[in-house]
Amino acid sequence: MADTTVPVTGGGLQTIDGVPLKKQLARATRQSKLRALMLVAPLGIFVLVSFIYPIVLTLTRSVHSPVFGAAFHRTAEALQSWDGKDLPSEPVWEAFVADMKEARANRTIGKAATRFNYDVPGTRSLFTRTARKIRKVKEGPYKEAVLEINKKWGDPQLWGYIKQNTAPYTAGFYLNALDRKYDYTGKIERQPEVRQIYVPLFWRTLLLSSLVMASCIILGFPVAYLLAHLPLRISNLLMILVLLPFWTSLLVRTTSWIALLQTQGVINDFLVWVGIISDQQRLQMMFNATGTVIAMTHILLPFMILPLYSVMKTIQPSYVRAARSLGATQWTAFWRVYVPQTLPGVGAGSILVFILAIGYYITPALVGGQSGQLISNLIAYHMQKSLNWGLAAALSTILLFGVLGLYWLYNRLVGVDNMKLG
Amino acid sequence: MAEQANGSTRSDIHVRFESVQKSYDGEILVVKDLNLDIAKGEFLTMLGPSGSGKTTCLMMLAGFEPATNGEIFLADRPINRVPPHKRGIGMVFQNYALFPHMSVEENLAFPLEVRKIPKGEIAAKVRRALEMVELPAFGRRRPAQLSGGQQQRVAVARALVFEPELVLMDEPLGALDKQLREQMQYEIKHIHENLGVTVVYVTHDQSEALTMSNRIAVFNDGVIQQLSTPGELYEEPLNSFVAQFIGENNRINGTVRGLENGICKVELDSGDLVEAIPINVAGAGENTMLSLRPERVEINPDPASLPNIIPGRVEELIYLGDHIRTRLTVAGHEDFIVKVPNKLGHQILQEGENATIGWATQDCRALDRP
Ligand SMILES: Nc1ncnc2c1ncn2[C@@H]1O[C@H](COP(=O)(O)OP(=O)(O)OP(=O)(O)O)[C@@H](O)[C@H]1O
Ligand SMILES: [Mg+2]
Repeated sequence: MADTTVPVTGGGLQTIDGVPLKKQLARATRQSKLRALMLVAPLGIFVLVSFIYPIVLTLTRSVHSPVFGAAFHRTAEALQSWDGKDLPSEPVWEAFVADMKEARANRTIGKAATRFNYDVPGTRSLFTRTARKIRKVKEGPYKEAVLEINKKWGDPQLWGYIKQNTAPYTAGFYLNALDRKYDYTGKIERQPEVRQIYVPLFWRTLLLSSLVMASCIILGFPVAYLLAHLPLRISNLLMILVLLPFWTSLLVRTTSWIALLQTQGVINDFLVWVGIISDQQRLQMMFNATGTVIAMTHILLPFMILPLYSVMKTIQPSYVRAARSLGATQWTAFWRVYVPQTLPGVGAGSILVFILAIGYYITPALVGGQSGQLISNLIAYHMQKSLNWGLAAALSTILLFGVLGLYWLYNRLVGVDNMKLG
Repeated sequence: MAEQANGSTRSDIHVRFESVQKSYDGEILVVKDLNLDIAKGEFLTMLGPSGSGKTTCLMMLAGFEPATNGEIFLADRPINRVPPHKRGIGMVFQNYALFPHMSVEENLAFPLEVRKIPKGEIAAKVRRALEMVELPAFGRRRPAQLSGGQQQRVAVARALVFEPELVLMDEPLGALDKQLREQMQYEIKHIHENLGVTVVYVTHDQSEALTMSNRIAVFNDGVIQQLSTPGELYEEPLNSFVAQFIGENNRINGTVRGLENGICKVELDSGDLVEAIPINVAGAGENTMLSLRPERVEINPDPASLPNIIPGRVEELIYLGDHIRTRLTVAGHEDFIVKVPNKLGHQILQEGENATIGWATQDCRALDRP
């Protein structure tokens, strides 16, 4: 020992050759590190291209919106010196007319108008119609000419919004996603009551996901316990039943839930037939939040059962026996000795189910009706229908960081290294 | 202790197995007609090969397995229907079964908490228990942060902290290395002597059983083969299984020719006629296995000094310092071992040399031939 490493006064050990031990160690392990890097390189590149890059793109798209600014670049420049109180001065109007003409010529007016319409609803046609007639405006005074075409341009607030929208980077999508917006002076204010939809939807998503997670724990725990403690032959059979949902198509499963739970479905028919409820009182269990929770619990249950099962499998019966021999009743032994040892499995299952649930899309779309829609359904709507990709990106980003935040919280409270997936 | 156990009155008996039978599957009896009395304060070891039913007996006593038939008494009270947590039996498991999510202190406090003992008292008892196993500074650690030997001590402390009168230990030292095992044997023995608890100890290590126990119950095939003090077990095995299982044993097969005055004449398979003490033989004509301990046999003795002298051939000599282990062929058995003490002027033998071996009649026991 003493002759291979020599302690140095300044702290840190050295090898016999006088090289700091840390440095020598790094040198010695560099080769194997390099080899490891080579081995993960293909997967790394794949993840980079198919996962990291789209996320970066999403992040960018949620703040970057150059369409309007590009189409009205002259106006943007002219508006620099505008005080924002009265209507802009003549040079702005001149620039505006020039931009309009160009935008119409190269067909960017439609996109720019759509973009503007996100912030100031109902203005799309104002832009397109004005663009159609702007051809006739040959010379000044431009202000009067434009107002001639449509006197809505005489509203100073509108010009406030135009100035805002010419900036290529904006927090507008995020504000929108949080039910807020800029007013024409650039101050942040709440959306009017009727247009506040996203924040309640985020809360609902959290609530329904928590409900799904809770029902998965309640339903999954006993099943996992049985699986881990029944004789092998029976538990294998049970395991097949647990895994069965994995092997059937999501659509088939969801459709069968519809058949079971809808107002004219099997369960309601049965309840009416037995006489528990009358024909008028049929329960509404489908196409609402209840339907979403039921169907999603069923679909996500295996993600709770499997980690729980694998943790329970490793808990030796001697722990509970020891507790019993030490004087604990069956319940105390279960609650104070068995359950705490299953917590890593509960944690792993919960976080799996919760994260899957929070981004679930197909099932709520099929069985959720109005009240069972989750945030991802709205993201999909903005991706596919309204084509407001900036807003979709902002919503997705909030969702992503929400999940990361929850994961961080979980790590702080429970510790991810305590989590066991199997 | 043995005398005490044998001549004990009923009130001295702490544990009694009465005609206990156990089957897990309804086809095989794992424990066959077990009758066993364990005295108060006794250290009784169940010793036997793997699968002989030792753990099963312990589990029935602790209440984790029901006896299929028969009754177990704890201080004269039948306990077949008493659930485990009401039996008040301390237990040390082979894998220790320390609760991994609790600190050492919490582990020790557990049996006291479930007994609703006041907080202050618990702390004092836990501290005393930790001092008893010489781990006073380890209370805040988790079991995973302890060495095997330390975990073992905590397990012992936990089984004793609620002051049970009976403690069961199922191969508690099985996972430790030899040196630590010997140290822990001593410590467990010490604790037993200090506290005066009754200990039922399971092991398949015979030296452990011999050094620790007041009495040993040798199990085989679900039956107690012999229940004796360690000395008796080694010196006076009652059947061939015990003779073979405990210590080193030489066996010579033969046939009983005559039986009189407590001595039987045996004709060996080689034709030699020798004398032995009849233990487990009924009469003339019966097959027998003679049992001879290696240290009780002499090589090339004075012909007049010993009644039994037969020829053999030296096959192998192994020098072991204090004695020379000598392997011979005797009466057709190639694995006849004699320990020749390394004392002044002992015999110098050569491999391949012919020699005679001799023994005193009382050192040779005629047992059943398996
Ligand atoms: N839970 C069980 N179900 C069925 N058979 C069992 C069960 N436990 C033990 N056995 C059988 O009972 C017999 C005795 O087992 P036991 O565990 O009592 O042996 P042991 O003497 O403790 O052995 P070891 O020294 O290996 O621990 C064995 O043949 C075993 O296969
Ligand atoms: Mg055992």
